[in-house]
Amino acid sequence: MKELWKRKDLLGLQELSSEEIQLILDTADSFKEISLRAIKKVPALRGKTIVNLFLEPSTRTRTSFELAAKRLSADTVNISASASSFTKGETLKDTARNLQALKIDILIMRHSAAGSARFLADILDASVINAGDGAHEHPTQALLDLFTLKQKKGKIKNLNVTIIGDILHSRVARSNIWGLTKLGANVTVAGPATLMPVGIERLGVTVCTDVNKAIKQADAINILRIQMERQKTNLFPSIREYRDLYGIDLEKLKNASKDILVMHPGPINRDVEISSEVADSSYSVILDQVTNGLAVRMAVLYLVAGSAAVLEVN
Amino acid sequence: MDILIKGGRIVDPSQDFDCIADLGINMGKIVACGSGIKEKANKVVDATGLIVVPGLIDMHVHFREPGMEEKETIYTGMRAAAKGGFSSVATMPNTKPATDNEGIVKYILTKTAEKPLINVFPVAAATLARDGKQMTEIGELKKAGAVALSDDGDCITNSALLRRILEYAGSLDMPVLEHCEDPVLSGQGVMNESIMSTILGLKGIPAASEVVMVARDLTLCKMTGSRLHIQHVSSAGSVELIRWAKSKGVPVTAETAPHYLVLTDDDLHSYSTMLKVKPPIGSKHDREELIKAVKDGTIDAIASDHAPHLHAEKDVEFDYAPFGMIGLESSIPLIMETLINPGILDFKDLVRLMSLNPANILGLKGKGSLKRGADGDVTLIDPEKEVVLTKDYFESKSINTPFLNWKCKGAPTSLFVSGKQILKDEKIIG
Repeated sequence: MKELWKRKDLLGLQELSSEEIQLILDTADSFKEISLRAIKKVPALRGKTIVNLFLEPSTRTRTSFELAAKRLSADTVNISASASSFTKGETLKDTARNLQALKIDILIMRHSAAGSARFLADILDASVINAGDGAHEHPTQALLDLFTLKQKKGKIKNLNVTIIGDILHSRVARSNIWGLTKLGANVTVAGPATLMPVGIERLGVTVCTDVNKAIKQADAINILRIQMERQKTNLFPSIREYRDLYGIDLEKLKNASKDILVMHPGPINRDVEISSEVADSSYSVILDQVTNGLAVRMAVLYLVAGSAAVLEVN
Repeated sequence: MDILIKGGRIVDPSQDFDCIADLGINMGKIVACGSGIKEKANKVVDATGLIVVPGLIDMHVHFREPGMEEKETIYTGMRAAAKGGFSSVATMPNTKPATDNEGIVKYILTKTAEKPLINVFPVAAATLARDGKQMTEIGELKKAGAVALSDDGDCITNSALLRRILEYAGSLDMPVLEHCEDPVLSGQGVMNESIMSTILGLKGIPAASEVVMVARDLTLCKMTGSRLHIQHVSSAGSVELIRWAKSKGVPVTAETAPHYLVLTDDDLHSYSTMLKVKPPIGSKHDREELIKAVKDGTIDAIASDHAPHLHAEKDVEFDYAPFGMIGLESSIPLIMETLINPGILDFKDLVRLMSLNPANILGLKGKGSLKRGADGDVTLIDPEKEVVLTKDYFESKSINTPFLNWKCKGAPTSLFVSGKQILKDEKIIG
């Protein structure tokens, strides 16, 4: 398996082939079982140092990466924006070079600036894993979404997947679009026109501003978090209207397939983009996504760590 | 006479001249232009195989002095200009403090005169502190030596104020150079809004940000009848409006920059901050329309918008890097390589766009021409010279250029300013 992975970094799904995506999903499948054990640890990355550099707030992704690293026996360090030298005016490049001087093996970074993961990957010998860079990509989120889809639906090819909400600002949407289209799914993006990025249809997706229409044929919907402050910049008039037109509730799901999957990258705004009934319903696989995220991130860490690591799953 | 430039191909559209001939300079002025000049000269320059043109003028540069001397000084800026074959430049007023009073205009001229290399023509701010609220003392600025007015870097968004500035400056025969951008439409954008900004996840600046202000400016230009010059035109939409306005006799002129003629937003795929510039580099369609516009005269001038920034300022995340790239040294090699060598533009176009028209727009007497009596500013271009734009090629204090290590065929090799040789064999000797 490992020989198939040649990359130092995981920066996005745009640059991955469908084989590489499949490899990560298959590897994740073999890691899933570890978290079900009484002793949830394998020595695969023993002696590796992994730094979590999170310059934007994150609970889920950061915890998931940290647990993934620990279950592979790596040593982990967390750095957050408020506690870092960024507050003292150090540049990202200088921070990264200092980490390099400490001989780290893998840097996991979340940053509000698009392209920042690539910026560091080009400088550092260490592997860089993009845990979200601005509105660019969030590859591990899309990978765990793909993993969950495959787990629940048995396949990805020819599935109809609708991504709903703030596509404009969403790295999750972009990574999902790359991943889903590469694996042969039919992707629709739905939401207000103000939250649709220019030219998105050129990525091979269908654009639909009517959510009811967009979910009708869907095998799965991926509901994006709506940031409350967006209404201040006139991207939509009010939360009330957003909920009414684009929020997913049981009423809207009446027209959808009976076995539709409801996904959400979290954190959810209950009763805004997703009603509580839907979030807690049998349609929802939101917590499965979180569980699967751990296996996917273990797989990614394992693959980028390269040939020095030894797989000792069993 | 002092200098005889012999046997070059003299291209001078001001007198519709394009043939192998000789050029004589005496006491800093052109004294003869024609074939077989027999008069003895103190110094004879063999220009065989070279293109001899009126000294090039870059009407849009940022020399950062006073205030940001770590990026560029007037002296290093002049060296960059000389290296690029420019005998004259117009410096933008976004110095610190802004060039909004006679003192700073005179400071720039004094600094230029301390170690003179080329001609520096200061452009003064149109509003105090360039904050778009109060008109500067335009008459006093003109007396001090400013050649034009601009709040470059910022658009004068208050339409009533721009109207008054146009009327007032027009009465003093001072052109107003406008940076056309609706700052609200641009928002926090960092690149052209397009499929590329969507893929890269970078905030987009819609082309409309420029176009709406061009439309407004053309309307005010028509209304006042005063001369308005639109800076660094970057989009097809602006070209279309300017073409329409010119057809109606509106006294507007316009410039674009080499990077808009050479690059497209597809080039941003690597997130290189060297490509972060305002207005942003447009689409392939924008570039095609801009090339047509420089060819057909809709756009009058090519100016570099030479904007030096420190390496450390650019060596950051794309969002945090400042806008701007240098351009003085690379302008001619790039235009040679991408527009002249493929036959899209000819040397007559080049002189029109980079000497004759800038001289006319800025009212620079004795510039832009090799007629007898004109200033002895002459640029020699070797069309066969192959250059690599390595770090060492640049004289600017900053090297923020996306064209580093580009190979180009055709470069300026000699420059005379008022009859004094400043550049010889691509080296500054002034």
